[in-house]
Amino acid sequence: MDKKDLKKRTVTTPDGKKIEVDPMKDYFSQAKPKIHKPGKTVFEKFLDWARAESLWILGFGTGCGAIEMRPLMTPRFDAFRYGIQWRPTPRQSNVFVIAGYLSVKTLKRVIRSYEQMQGPKYVVALGSCTINGGMYWDSYNTINRLDYYLPVDIYIAGCMPRPESLLAGFEELKKLIKQGKGEGANIYAEKFDWYKNNQKQIIKDWDMPDYNW
Amino acid sequence: MKNKYRDKFPAKNPDGTNQIDLNSHKFIKVWQGPNHPGITGNMSLELILQGDEVMDCKTHVGYLHRGFEKLMERRRFIQCFPICVRIAVPEPDFNEYCLSSTFEELAGIEIPEAAKWMRTLLLEMTRLASFLMWIGGQSAAFGLGVIAQWGNYARDLMLDRFEEISGGRIYHMHMIPGGVRGLTPDGFEKRMEDNLREIEEIMSDIDKTLFNNAIFKKRSVGLGYIDPEIVDKYGVTGPNARAAGIPKDVRKDYPYLVYDKLDFDVITGKDSDAFTRADIRRKEILTSIDLIRQIMTRMPKTGDFIAKMPNVLHWKIPKNETYIRAECTRGEFGYYTVTDGSKYPRRINVRGPSYTHAVALMEKLAIDVNIADVAGLMVSLHTYPPEIER
Amino acid sequence: MKELIKRLEQNFQISNIVWQRENEVFLTVEKTDAVPLITQLNHYESFTHLVIMTAVDWLEAGKFQLTYLLNNNEIKADIGIRVLLDREKAEMKSIHHLWVTAATYQRELHEMFGIDFPGSPRVDEPFILEGWQEIPPYRRDFDTKKYSEKTYFPRPGRSTNDPQEYMKKKLYPEESE
Repeated sequence: MDKKDLKKRTVTTPDGKKIEVDPMKDYFSQAKPKIHKPGKTVFEKFLDWARAESLWILGFGTGCGAIEMRPLMTPRFDAFRYGIQWRPTPRQSNVFVIAGYLSVKTLKRVIRSYEQMQGPKYVVALGSCTINGGMYWDSYNTINRLDYYLPVDIYIAGCMPRPESLLAGFEELKKLIKQGKGEGANIYAEKFDWYKNNQKQIIKDWDMPDYNW
Repeated sequence: MKNKYRDKFPAKNPDGTNQIDLNSHKFIKVWQGPNHPGITGNMSLELILQGDEVMDCKTHVGYLHRGFEKLMERRRFIQCFPICVRIAVPEPDFNEYCLSSTFEELAGIEIPEAAKWMRTLLLEMTRLASFLMWIGGQSAAFGLGVIAQWGNYARDLMLDRFEEISGGRIYHMHMIPGGVRGLTPDGFEKRMEDNLREIEEIMSDIDKTLFNNAIFKKRSVGLGYIDPEIVDKYGVTGPNARAAGIPKDVRKDYPYLVYDKLDFDVITGKDSDAFTRADIRRKEILTSIDLIRQIMTRMPKTGDFIAKMPNVLHWKIPKNETYIRAECTRGEFGYYTVTDGSKYPRRINVRGPSYTHAVALMEKLAIDVNIADVAGLMVSLHTYPPEIER
Repeated sequence: MKELIKRLEQNFQISNIVWQRENEVFLTVEKTDAVPLITQLNHYESFTHLVIMTAVDWLEAGKFQLTYLLNNNEIKADIGIRVLLDREKAEMKSIHHLWVTAATYQRELHEMFGIDFPGSPRVDEPFILEGWQEIPPYRRDFDTKKYSEKTYFPRPGRSTNDPQEYMKKKLYPEESE
């Protein structure tokens, strides 16, 4: 992306008016994320059940683990029968599957996509490389621990995990949500400064707004 | 189809590119990817549109960079194998084959006959699996999602056979320096034959529903024409070059393993558009099925499958360099290995065919294409991002 | 193929010819002769396919080795052309006028090794990395493990499983390297 597109500048509109735009401020909210305390009522339990039974995954294959997501969409493993489906945009999805290792360049896009998702949202970390770097533990371009940058709800270990273990992982995630433990979005809001600090430490080329919503 | 008024606006630069002024409000910049359902893998295209036609395209890669070439420099020769397969995920076996055969050539190791046959079998199986996955991508990019389901199901059948041989669905690591880890298990042939029959049935359905489908034909005929003149200038290989009528096939030109003993033809087309490329890949699938049958009937069932090796943990290879190529589904796949006499490789460079297809060629072909067809065009070049940036 | 090399030897300063296979040869050429040699091979000897273009870092000798691998599909032969560059001020003439894809290779080499190719299109733009501040990562003096440990918050417990250390301690205690 051109860096000059992000700077404050004057543009001429099609009808000849001159307006000032500051892309980093004008297009995004300036408020920190808020904590939404879950209620302890029966109604909240019902909501949790509803959330658990419709896991909508953002179709963003961030790494090589995405190759085992394809069989999940086909009749043989058929994740749709568990209420799992893939959505093209972050606004429609509530589960972010980090498919394997994350390079720094992708992490930046992942953070933007994650922040644009509606809460409550969950992160499934797939593969060993999200836990401790896995195969790429000494690589200069891939992160080692995902939980320093995003709140992870569940890890699925393996390189790469089979479709069956992905399904088992999603089932575990459902259990967590039904118990009211899927509080990733709130944790992110609570420890927002710590997460931002970690993210900014490794993304040297930070040219996005702090709050992507 | 090219807009007939396109030669009047926008004006052309001396080098043939379009003159673009984003402040004139006549153009709009759109980013396709990295988070985009239509993109194969994880890369992004920076498209400048006029109406819904692409005026300028820039590819941005590097979202999957793991620095394999650096990592392999600080691993011993045998330690390179677990990570090298991860370079090209749909076809990991080509990485294993190319890397182990560069090491074997540099160290002067001859592999047994049975290992050669086994390797050929694995390579053909992985070609078949990758092509079947590509069919899914191509049809889904043109809105025919059901065929994508069939293709992926057929690929799963192949993955089951891989699992039977090596224990892994995606990453097999069955080829190691000196040979392979084992030959086929009992009853493998029958199960393989059943699967091949099923895949043939699915392919005949796909032939009816995809290649005779009005939507697919209308959108893919004439899309992404590659001039045979530019094939060498842009480094086009594999089915993309064969669709332009150039009979380039590493399996025939530089026979490796046992390909010189097998009976197959180089498939060429002449129209060089997305439909021809798809048709060539369909015929390649049928060829692969035929080749697997030939290999299954002729391969030795017993015998040595691994050569006598030095202790691989202390393996030193004398100073030298070599390049080994193989024909993967996307084109010429190759490893350039330099050794310096120590226990570690000095440098390993991977030539992924997508390197040339997805960057320079894509940037050229995307011009004047309708934005709805960009994803289909990209899949028809069969690009795979991890092998670009490695 | 042998005659071709003999012909080339008359016009260019070629040394260190290694016949890797019958149809694959690697040779070293002077920096100033490299682009004329590649041009001649491309235009007159129909070595029309640029297979790879890459660099090898010989840190001890203070040189970068640039390798151009050209392929001739008519006589089915490959020529690998090695060019040694000074490591301190690595600069090479661009060959993007011969192959469009060479521009991509040169962008990568510029980013990963810091070899400059003046005049190559978009050579200064970042290709793979984003916001990279260290020395180019493929250089031998860049330690990827150290950088990773310093930057990416490694999870404790991993260091004991370094295969090299493990092999040294457990399997070959007598070996000292």
